[in-house]
Amino acid sequence: MPQVAQVDRNAVPAVAVEDIVKRFPGVLANDHVSLDFEKGEIHVLLGENGAGKSTLIGILAGMQQPDSGTVRVNGQVIRIGSPRESLQLGIGTVFQHVLLVRSLTVLENLMLGGPWWSRLGRHEALARLMTFSETLGVVIDPDAELGRLSLGQQQQVEIIRALWHGGRVLILDEPTSMLTPAGVRELGQVMRRLRDQGVAIIFITHKLKEAYEFGDRISILRLGRVVGDLPKARLASMSEGDVTNEVIRLMFGPTATVTGDARALVHEGQRRRRAVAVDRSGEPLFMVRDVSASARPGETVLSNVAFDVWPGEVFGIAGVDGNGQKELAEALAGQRPVASGRLVLGDDDLTTLGIGARRRLGMRYITDERLGEGTVGTHSVATNLLVKEIGLPPYWWRGMTRWKQVREHARDKIETFDIRTPSEQTPIARLSGGNIQKVLLAREASSEARVVVFNKPTYGLDLHNTRLARERILKSAASGIATIVISTELDELTELCDRIGVMSQGRLRGIVDNTEGAEMRLGVLMTGADAA
Amino acid sequence: MTAEAQQDVNVTAGGGPRRSAWRDATTTALRVLLPVLLALLAGALIILALGKDPLTYYEYVVQRGLLSPTGFQATVTRTAPLLLIAAGLIVAFRAGIWNLGVDGQFLLAAVVVAALAPELIVFLPRWLTVLLCFVAGALVGAIWSLLPAFLKARHGVNEIITTLMMSFLGISLANVLVKIPFNDPTTTVPQTATLPVADRLPRLFDTTVHAGVILALVVVLLVHLMMTRTAFGLKLQIVGANPRAALHAGLNITGLTFATFALSAGLTGLGGAVEILGVWGTVRADWNPAYGLLVIPLVFLARFNGIAVIGFVLFFAVLMIGGESAARRLDVPHFFVLVLVALLLMFLAVVEYLDHRRRQSRVD
Repeated sequence: MPQVAQVDRNAVPAVAVEDIVKRFPGVLANDHVSLDFEKGEIHVLLGENGAGKSTLIGILAGMQQPDSGTVRVNGQVIRIGSPRESLQLGIGTVFQHVLLVRSLTVLENLMLGGPWWSRLGRHEALARLMTFSETLGVVIDPDAELGRLSLGQQQQVEIIRALWHGGRVLILDEPTSMLTPAGVRELGQVMRRLRDQGVAIIFITHKLKEAYEFGDRISILRLGRVVGDLPKARLASMSEGDVTNEVIRLMFGPTATVTGDARALVHEGQRRRRAVAVDRSGEPLFMVRDVSASARPGETVLSNVAFDVWPGEVFGIAGVDGNGQKELAEALAGQRPVASGRLVLGDDDLTTLGIGARRRLGMRYITDERLGEGTVGTHSVATNLLVKEIGLPPYWWRGMTRWKQVREHARDKIETFDIRTPSEQTPIARLSGGNIQKVLLAREASSEARVVVFNKPTYGLDLHNTRLARERILKSAASGIATIVISTELDELTELCDRIGVMSQGRLRGIVDNTEGAEMRLGVLMTGADAA
Repeated sequence: MTAEAQQDVNVTAGGGPRRSAWRDATTTALRVLLPVLLALLAGALIILALGKDPLTYYEYVVQRGLLSPTGFQATVTRTAPLLLIAAGLIVAFRAGIWNLGVDGQFLLAAVVVAALAPELIVFLPRWLTVLLCFVAGALVGAIWSLLPAFLKARHGVNEIITTLMMSFLGISLANVLVKIPFNDPTTTVPQTATLPVADRLPRLFDTTVHAGVILALVVVLLVHLMMTRTAFGLKLQIVGANPRAALHAGLNITGLTFATFALSAGLTGLGGAVEILGVWGTVRADWNPAYGLLVIPLVFLARFNGIAVIGFVLFFAVLMIGGESAARRLDVPHFFVLVLVALLLMFLAVVEYLDHRRRQSRVD
């Protein structure tokens, strides 16, 4: 149960929005939103994509102006004209993706942003960082290069930076989507400590479990409106189940409209894949035999990774982020040369084949970096859907692009995969994360696929799209494809997989059957203990 | 604005495709014309500050560069090397490769062609001489880009630096070639043997414009088609837009990098060959028109579009030819044309910025 912190009820809210209306052409992003964010309270904002959370945050962070309505900071009506003004008002925002300079040290990152004429005071900054470390209960080497820190640590630096100039309001926009379970727990502790210092925290998430665990108060947005509010007193008197039911009722409307999303929400993390009898008596379809691969600085060396995947099986790969999962996926797809060992798909040895040749044999790789390497952001959805087929018939003929066919193909995929895009010609970077993921899934799904590697398939997606992606994975496995799912979320793996291997420091530490108690055994393996 | 809101905007923003197409066309035209007008205006102020009459200057430019028959022919002739260089730059820039060594590639090709042509014409028919010289020019250009291509593809060395360095080397080497091995001893000034006027590229009709202009136009259009309509062009664009995505998609990045360098430098070398066979017939020592650095801003102005670049090149050629005679008449420095180009780029950036701001505020 969330502990109740001492807050003066009579105090004015740290930040309050009143009657905020924000319109974008054709859409009402915020429809008369009024909310108070109290000092010393973790206020959770829940809602699907498009519910208006990001717009509200944008307004508080000074990136957007409301069409009407007022923002009060400490009771005073204020117009927040720019991100700088927002910071000066003591509102610090931590966005979903880390916005720090990777090549600078932690301390250098924190010292950025002062006026250009002032000297960088290292001693003062160091002292300040120490105070923050103490307050937050975290240990960060001030001289570590930021890019070398784990994502969780980078986020802690982001939080410190957001509060560096004496911030009293901290906005966290889906901060857990890239953290490991341990990272999430640590973030929870940091938030509680800040809350107890009187900081007002606005915490945005898709995950109900986190909302319940960390939130003192939960507000639910739907279609631009605040549709529900569970204040602290009420929240304290409810069990987790009550909260779940209530939130679902508010998020998805009356019971009549409860959809698969709601069901997924309730069952998330509690469902285990029903034991689909995968026949493992025959030959495995895909064999990874003692694969090793070298690495550049900052990457993980793969050593002697070995596992087999049978047709129709979902093989999970668990582990804390950065333990060689990405390198393994690249080695399987052909993006990273295999130094020793063998990769065999059916009767074909893939070890020395290139990316294209492996793809022609049925290898598919859905990368976790959807915009970084999965797509070409400035090019159209249509081009991105065929980017792995450039030059091949029927969309190319004697090297000439048949744009008409390319666009038709795209329209077809857009419909089949329910990709929400204004048109097939829209640059793909304009789509939301869930829809970009649908483009990737649509691109890799074809009848010729035999092995599909999904790397963090639901990372950053909202509930609805998470459910769709997971259904897609199970469906593809059911059609006889050997499926490999890499994820840092154990819940996801136990929901999808038949067997789960654990990676740690570039090695596969062990493989566990996904049965009762698998989490325990996985946890033991993840801590690095070698097991048979 | 956030991705999700952006998407909603796109889903719902409609409002008559025809009207918005019109508006797009108008804003595009404005985006191009406004900087031009502002640059001419600012240029006029500078001429005024020099104590000359800007109107007279511009009148001369237009008169000599565009309206007088000889001037206009000179202008059109000048577009040939510029267009070929532009074609080479478009290939490279679209593929995300900054080939800034075009001047060296151009000059070396020109020198080799100037040395080769008078030798070949002795025993070969004109058409074959011309053809061989075209091939030689393109090859020389391509070869001069081989080292930067190798360093880029194998070791990731920044091609901006390597191509620039190769350019300095190429310009120097071209000079050495003119002064020592290719020097024609019958002339007082060091220069290569001269290709007789009758053996140069055929003239078009009764003008001084040579057939290389047609070649250049065709090449630029072909390059545009290649970039927009072929698998090869699309691959180049993918590599240019996101090399990691290209790797992920299984494209042969090494091969494409070499192809890009070879094509870009080859077309530039072809430009050198055309300029020698069409206009000069010889290369004098220390001759370096440095067209490359002039064309780069034009290619940017045209946003790497092969059709738009034709207009910009023509506009610039008018300024060059007209500016040369206007400079002589009015005693304005002849490099004032470059000042105009610089102003044009600056105002383009300003207009671009304002347009971006306007669109942002409209969406918000």
